[in-house]
Amino acid sequence: MKPFGELNGLAAPMDRANVDTDVIIPKQFLKSIKRSGFGPNLFDELRYLDEGQPDSDNSQRPLNPDFPLNFARYQGAEILLARANFGCGSSREHAPWALTDYGFRAIIAPSFADIFHSNCFKNGLLPIVLHADIVSTLFDEMYATEGYRLNIDLQAQTVTTPSGAVYEFEVDAFRKDCLLKGLDDIGLTLEQAPAIRTFEEKWRAQSPWLFDVIK
Amino acid sequence: MAGKTLYDKLWESHLVELRDDGTALIYIDRHLIHEVTSPQAFEGLRLAGRQPWRRDANLAVPDHNVPTDAEERAGGVAGILDPVSRLQVQTLDDNCEAFDIVEIPINDIRQGIVHVVGPETGATLPGMTVVCGDSHTSTHGALGALAHGIGTSEVEHVLATQCLIQRKMKNLRVRVDGRLGLGVTAKDLALAIIGTIGTAGGTGYAIEFAGEAVQALSMEGRMTLCNMSIEAGARMGMVAVDQVTLDYVKGRPYAPTGALWDQAEAYWRTLHSDVDAVFDREVVLQAQDIKPQVTWGTSPEMVLPVDAMVPTIEAQADEVSKNSVKRALQYMGLHGGQAITDIKLDRVFIGSCTNSRIEDIREAALVAKGRKVAANIKQAMVVPGSGEVKAQAEREGLHTILLDAGFEWREPGCSMCLAMNADKLGSGEHCASTSNRNFEGRQGIGGRTHLVSPGMAAAAAIAGHFVDVRELGGHA
Ligand code: SF4
Repeated sequence: MKPFGELNGLAAPMDRANVDTDVIIPKQFLKSIKRSGFGPNLFDELRYLDEGQPDSDNSQRPLNPDFPLNFARYQGAEILLARANFGCGSSREHAPWALTDYGFRAIIAPSFADIFHSNCFKNGLLPIVLHADIVSTLFDEMYATEGYRLNIDLQAQTVTTPSGAVYEFEVDAFRKDCLLKGLDDIGLTLEQAPAIRTFEEKWRAQSPWLFDVIK
Repeated sequence: MAGKTLYDKLWESHLVELRDDGTALIYIDRHLIHEVTSPQAFEGLRLAGRQPWRRDANLAVPDHNVPTDAEERAGGVAGILDPVSRLQVQTLDDNCEAFDIVEIPINDIRQGIVHVVGPETGATLPGMTVVCGDSHTSTHGALGALAHGIGTSEVEHVLATQCLIQRKMKNLRVRVDGRLGLGVTAKDLALAIIGTIGTAGGTGYAIEFAGEAVQALSMEGRMTLCNMSIEAGARMGMVAVDQVTLDYVKGRPYAPTGALWDQAEAYWRTLHSDVDAVFDREVVLQAQDIKPQVTWGTSPEMVLPVDAMVPTIEAQADEVSKNSVKRALQYMGLHGGQAITDIKLDRVFIGSCTNSRIEDIREAALVAKGRKVAANIKQAMVVPGSGEVKAQAEREGLHTILLDAGFEWREPGCSMCLAMNADKLGSGEHCASTSNRNFEGRQGIGGRTHLVSPGMAAAAAIAGHFVDVRELGGHA
């Protein structure tokens, strides 16, 4: 996983509440057995005028001219501004994969759905919760200013706007540490292997019916 | 000291390690695997040169992509027409083989939707931690288990370490007093709860469903209820263990027997919230107020009793809800003030991990008996949740009743719940569906899903539009 340091990135809008994972990456693309390559199909139904299929040549498809991510001014965006309950719906990790593959490294919203929120951290994508009023302010400023960039400092837990306003955000200390160092969750957990084994033996003695049944 | 909730007990019994920062390492007893969210996890194991921690903790079954058409199904994996679906199912077979994980293959009689298969085979037991790369894993909480969906990275994490890094949720009790009326089912209860607390109402909480109406539910009904916890924003929902649970579990293939059963039963009987347990939040509903429910919009919280009118934009309190109602009405092709019973339907789908168990099929058959599907319904399909459910329904002759009425009787799988296989809605089509999500495009691009109970879906198929199943008669 890529470590997350400081990010100074262009912001782009996804201006509606309850954006679910079906909107983020429609189900026909879930059939892939790989982890990469989902970026061209991020927000597929909104982004293109036709119906996308896993084998479509996305470069040949008609773009929806009304969809903000297709506007010239948002090209190269790394920060997504979103509304409440972003990422609701299924647990598909394809959603953060699509967002990161597209180039996003952080999402700012008033709230996130639980599973999506934890899936983001596992994929080097930083979900930032700011108060709804602040998010609205950021939206307004972004719409008013072409080339609107935000500075995100994970170490300091701050978002800084071009005018110098600084907003602090909360982040789980463990998640923060992993993200800063680009640490792999599994490797970390396996360092606890002796503790897991001890627990397992105790649990087996206590609940033997849970073990060696499915063989 | 205050007593413990059921969730507290399940959490504490699986705690390997609590860290200073409040995260915890939780031991996972059962990991269920299907073909959509596992390939990248196995790919990850391979890339890192890792092996599963404990093979016998895992059970795999393909469900999302398997065809439900008997002819296509007969050809097994090789017979799956869609090459991408075939590749996913084949990849699951290959990965299970390579990593020595037990798989119930496509045409095994036990195959079915993973959330039907788990409890049915006894792979899910009370007191367990159960995870699966699928958000409806909350279903298994009906057995008094701590069960929730995980993402693919976590699938890999569980495979490699038998543990998950978690943070404890808050406790929410949803108590339903009194008894549900005739013709009002667990599905209506689930929808009414979501209508009350909203799709984000359970976010951050583990829900325990309790109260007289919940205790009166069968195991199937409890699974329907817990299944939809995620639609209320909660990763997990659960019901305390009681005699109904024990009777359901006894005799299942993977359930303990003999002295081991006695030992397990003694422990399982402790799996309920203590009388003095403290919940962070409690919501109380009165069962007798709940009528059969129908969703009219594009979120499960956009739900109303069948005798209601579709809401108007003007009646909404603020801009955000005005916008969302407007958008939903537009997508659904409805106008505010229209009676729910005036919504014309094109298709009917009875199935999914929410409502495809034997009780659901019985409920549908009871309504369909001696009647015919209306002429305007292009397709009414019944998709049993597993091969075992299908066989049981056939032993009871339910398939004949349904077929005589004009329903299709399919092979088990997820089917039109998410339209990953060939079963899909056409654009603009309205579907009465017993599944759990009415999001835009969920059952096919442009498709319009209305969530209902199996009885309501069958009644809608017969009438050609929504009707109160209680007026049609024949309901349970
Ligand atoms: S039936 Fe539907 S909700 Fe359930 S596991 Fe399958 S696709 Fe998911």
